[in-house]
Amino acid sequence: MIAAFFERLNETQGLNFSVFYDAFDASRFLTGLWTTSYICVVSILASLALGLAGVWVAGGGSRLGRLVVRGYVQFFRNTPPLVQLSFFYFAVGGLLPRVSDGFGGLSPPVSGTGWAIIAFSLFAGAFNVEIFRAGIEAVPATTVEAAESLGYTRLQLYIHVVLPLAFRICLPALNNNLVNLVKTTTLAYAIGVPELLYAASQIWSESFNVREMMNVLLVTYVLLVGVLVLVMGRWEKAMRIPGYTT
Amino acid sequence: MLLPYRAPAPSAPSGLATPVLLGGGTLAAFAILFGASLALAQVTARPAGESAVTVLLRWAPLIFQGFLFNILISFLSMALGTVVGVLAGVAQVSLVAPLRKSAWAVTQFFRNAPWLVLLFYAMFLLPFEFRIFGLTIAFPAWVKAIIGLALPVAANVSEIVRGGIRSIPSGQWESAEALAFTRRQTMWMIILPQAFKRMIPPWMNLYAILTMATTLISVVGIQDGLTITRAALVAESRPELMIPMYLLLLLMFFAYCYPIARATLALERRFNVKA
Repeated sequence: MIAAFFERLNETQGLNFSVFYDAFDASRFLTGLWTTSYICVVSILASLALGLAGVWVAGGGSRLGRLVVRGYVQFFRNTPPLVQLSFFYFAVGGLLPRVSDGFGGLSPPVSGTGWAIIAFSLFAGAFNVEIFRAGIEAVPATTVEAAESLGYTRLQLYIHVVLPLAFRICLPALNNNLVNLVKTTTLAYAIGVPELLYAASQIWSESFNVREMMNVLLVTYVLLVGVLVLVMGRWEKAMRIPGYTT
Repeated sequence: MLLPYRAPAPSAPSGLATPVLLGGGTLAAFAILFGASLALAQVTARPAGESAVTVLLRWAPLIFQGFLFNILISFLSMALGTVVGVLAGVAQVSLVAPLRKSAWAVTQFFRNAPWLVLLFYAMFLLPFEFRIFGLTIAFPAWVKAIIGLALPVAANVSEIVRGGIRSIPSGQWESAEALAFTRRQTMWMIILPQAFKRMIPPWMNLYAILTMATTLISVVGIQDGLTITRAALVAESRPELMIPMYLLLLLMFFAYCYPIARATLALERRFNVKA
């Protein structure tokens, strides 16, 4: 029924929403949506892990470790993500030796999607380090001291006392950063990863329906971000510490 | 030893020393990386070819010009985005419900859409020229790019303005009302001057983000720093130069954006009103 409606819309009004009635375009669009979601989920998880690792090293005793984390954060925060992605994909990826792909040919060891995930994880991870640091700093010193006096080791202290509190404090900022990460995934278009924007551009260059596809694309991204915001908002509410935050 | 991450003890404002040292350190690490990659390029180069340094020096001025074009684009989009964004932000706290709600909806829409998609939007859907009363106004690609980048900037400025206005205690509004100021007078003479100060740090932050986002215009075919870097690499076809070339471009952006980030932090600290 939906397909019939959009087909008629195309015939009568000339509004060609081919993704809604053409099976081939629909499958391409869905593949793009799948790739985007895949990049998002993997990068979100990897960037969270990087953020935690970074903040762990930054809080540790090693002076060198602290400097390295600081340099990493400043570097990734103050350079354009698109140039970072190009650097990884063209420069680093281009210099890596080819490996046999099992079909008798040679292929790069890391695919475009792989480089996109690496670049976005490093980019968002740099922000996550700062976010977690702010969250950990906001944990009351008395709480930490109390746990210390009870003989917690540093790792136990982190797992049982600091992180559960810090995590709740930094959820809103984390939320923002993850939304930003979802929006950053469109940059993968520049290195030819078949994500949402790429799929849409393929469709509009064949069907000449730039205007319609552009709007479908915008609405899709706003929905995608909307879902993330909704889920994170629910989670934020569920994890709220009574009487702790406004 | 038990060493949880602790906030450093509140220190006196350290002036310029710390940020300069920190930036210098990162920059030095950067330079070492750059030098190492250049040396590597030099070693791995074909013996007959030019030295990597010569090639790099030949292209550096052109890449720098491209980078300056990025800066120019960032100024213009920021100016356009700020003007539109301030209007939208003030509309977001308007008492007229339809105006307030539509400003909110537009702000949320453009804030949540990816920058690259909005850039495509402007590039493909704006005409390349306008005709008004027989007068033809050309609309070249770079102007469209400025508009495309200004869209998300405007939405973010709108949120900054709304947040700034909301951060002023309601007592200010009430006392202004008690002194028989009209709403417009209250806004222009009492609320905005106070809110302005608090909006500067996030506004600067947004500017740094925009500057980094200007490289997106290379995706839609405008000759910016990134496009020129790629063209240079294609022209030389020396794969060992790729890492130093890209690092050079990253270095330019870092040298420009890092001071802005530090200044933002310093201002934030200065304007921070501890309750």
